[in-house]
Amino acid sequence: MTNQNGRFGIHGGQYIPETLMNAVIELENAYNHYKDDPDFNRELTDLFNDYAGRPSRLYFAKKMTEDLGDAKIYLKREDLNHTGSHKINNVLGQALLAHKMGKTRLIAETGAGQHGVATATAATLFGMECVVFMGEEDTKRQALNVYRMKLLGATVVPVKTGTATLKDAVSEAMREWTSRISDTHYCLGSVMGPHPFPTIVRDFQAVISREIKSQMLEAEGRLPDAVLACVGGGSNAMGSFYNFIEDKNVRLIGCEAAGRGVDTFETAATIATGRLGIFHGMKSYFCQDKYGQIAPVYSISAGLDYPGIGPEHAWLHDIGRAEYVPVTDDEAVQAFEYLSRMEGIIPAIESAHAVAHAMKIAPKMDKDQIIVITISGRGDKDVAAIARYRGEDIYE
Amino acid sequence: MSNIAKAFANGKAFIPFITCGDPDIPTTEACIREMVRAGADLIELGIPFSDPTAEGPVIQGANIRALSGGVTTDKVFEMVIRLRADITVPMVFMTYANVVFSYGAEKFIGKCREIGIDGLILPDLPFEEKDEFLPLCRQNDVDLISLIAPTSDNRIAMIAKEAEGFIYLVSSLGVTGMRSQINTDLESIVKVIRANTKVPCAIGFGISTPEQAHKMAGISDGAIVGSAIIKILAEHGVSAPPLVGEYVKKMKDAVRR
Repeated sequence: MTNQNGRFGIHGGQYIPETLMNAVIELENAYNHYKDDPDFNRELTDLFNDYAGRPSRLYFAKKMTEDLGDAKIYLKREDLNHTGSHKINNVLGQALLAHKMGKTRLIAETGAGQHGVATATAATLFGMECVVFMGEEDTKRQALNVYRMKLLGATVVPVKTGTATLKDAVSEAMREWTSRISDTHYCLGSVMGPHPFPTIVRDFQAVISREIKSQMLEAEGRLPDAVLACVGGGSNAMGSFYNFIEDKNVRLIGCEAAGRGVDTFETAATIATGRLGIFHGMKSYFCQDKYGQIAPVYSISAGLDYPGIGPEHAWLHDIGRAEYVPVTDDEAVQAFEYLSRMEGIIPAIESAHAVAHAMKIAPKMDKDQIIVITISGRGDKDVAAIARYRGEDIYE
Repeated sequence: MSNIAKAFANGKAFIPFITCGDPDIPTTEACIREMVRAGADLIELGIPFSDPTAEGPVIQGANIRALSGGVTTDKVFEMVIRLRADITVPMVFMTYANVVFSYGAEKFIGKCREIGIDGLILPDLPFEEKDEFLPLCRQNDVDLISLIAPTSDNRIAMIAKEAEGFIYLVSSLGVTGMRSQINTDLESIVKVIRANTKVPCAIGFGISTPEQAHKMAGISDGAIVGSAIIKILAEHGVSAPPLVGEYVKKMKDAVRR
C-alpha cells in the first residue's frame, strides 16, 4: 500500500531533520534487503512462535455473544503474547533487523509502557543496550511497567517536557536518535513517524490479521463482518486490518480514545477532532490549534494518549475503507469491567475501547454476523488506575 | 543580489537567532533592534512551536515561555512589519513545517514576501520533502534554506547543488544547544559544499563563545548562534535586550577578527 516515497495517498513522508535522513535510508535499505529473505523470515517466525507464543488464539466469546444478543463475537487474544501485548510482534521484527544491521543499542518511546517492556525484553534477548523514553505523567500512572523495564535491564528516562506523555516521549526519542545514530536503532512502537517506520511496523504487525483470517476460515468457514481494534498511533489496528483491506465486505473499525468526550478539550480522538498537519516525521491528522500548535490531548489510557494517527489509517479514513469512532473513558472503563466479569478476561484499558464499541454495535447486527475484537493487551497494568477511577486506592 | 546574499557580501557573517515572544513580543523587538545596532548580518526569527523536536532544552524552554505568553504566528508577522519600517538587515524565519502548513502555506509564504522576510528555515523539511513549500517559496522570492548535517555524507553534493540563500551547516549530531567542543570534520564538508555551489555556508549548533564563532566563521562564511542568546533571555527576561546587544557585538567582532 506504500508508494515509493513512503506515502499513503497524501499522508506519510519523511519530515525529519537532515541529521536523521541517512539513518532512515539505511533502515529502509536494510528492511528491503531482509523482508523477503527466507532466513530472516524463518528466524522471525521462530521468535514469534517459540518466544512470543504465537499464533495467538482467536477465542469465541460465547457468554458475551449470548449476553449482547445477535452478532457472534470473537476475541483475537494478543494479550496472551509474551510481555502481554501485540507490541512484541513489531519489536521482535525490528530488534532482529537492527541486530542484522549491526546496531547494539535500542531506544524507544512508550506510553502505557507495553512497547517499552517489549523493547526492553527484545534488547535483553539480543544482548543489546536499551533506553526507553516515557512521559513523566505516564511513569506515574504505569509505575508497574516502569519497574518491569528496569527489571529487564533497561534504562527508563522520564520525559518532563510538554504534557509529559506519549508525544513528548516520541519527541525525546527522536532527539536522542539525532545525537547517537551509528550504534543505535530507534525502535518506534507504532505505525507512525517517518517512512519507512509506518510500513515496517505494519508489516510486522500484519501477522495479527493473517492469523485472524486463517483462524476464522477454520472456525466459521468465512470471513468476519467486522474487525474492531483500538487506535492511538494505530499499530494493533493496522495489524488487525491489513490483510482484510482488499476484502471489501469486512468492515474495519478503529476505536479512538475520546477521553472525556469529543466536545471537550480532554480528548485524544484524532480523526474526530484533528486536522491535516505535519508532525513527528509524517503528514497525517493531528489534534492542533489554528496555528498548528499540537494540542495537549487526554485519555485515561496512556497508550492511546497521542495527538496523531498513523498515515495509513489517515488514508484508509480518506478513502472510506475504514471507520474511526470515538469511545470515552467512561465507556472504556465499563467495557474493561464487563469483559473481566463476562469472560474472565481483563483487557488492557486501550483494548477496552474496542470492546466498548463492539458492545454498542453487536446488538444492532444479525445473528449470523461475526465481529472480531482485537484484545491488544492484558489489563494487569491498569488495575490500580481503574481502582482509582472507581474511587478505591490500592497499592500496586 | 538577493537580500540574503548581502549578509555575506562584506566578509564573514554573524547570524543571531531569537525565539519570538520569549518572554514577550516587545522584548523580542527590542532585542532585534539591539542585534542590528551591534552589527548582526542576518537575523533568524524563531516562530515558536509546541513540540520543537530539533531543539535542546534551552530553546525548548524559550518555545514554552513564548507560547504561554500568548504569542501567535500573526503577532510575529505584526512585529516584523514594525521592524521593517526602518530595518533592512536580512531576516529569515526559523520554525517547524506544521506552523507553515497549518497556517496555509500559500498564505504564510505570501505573507513572508509582503512583510519582507527573506528566507525560511524548517529543520523538519529535508531535501526529499522540500517540494512541499519550494514552489510557493520560488513564486514569492523567499529562499528555502537547506540544512546539511555531519551525517549527510553522500547527500552533501545533492543538497548543495540546489541550495538557495545560504546553507545552514549543522556542526554536530543531536539537537541545538551549547557545546564545549565541536569535533565534526567541518572543513571536509565545507570543501564538498564549495565544490558544488556558490551559495554561502554558515555553521550553527553548539556555538557560544567568541573563540568558537571565530573558528567556525574561519572555515565557512559565518556563524549562527541561538542557545547562548536564549540563555541571556531566560536569565534576564525583559531586561535582556542591552545584554543581547553586547553579546552580539562581541561575537560579531570575533567572526570579523
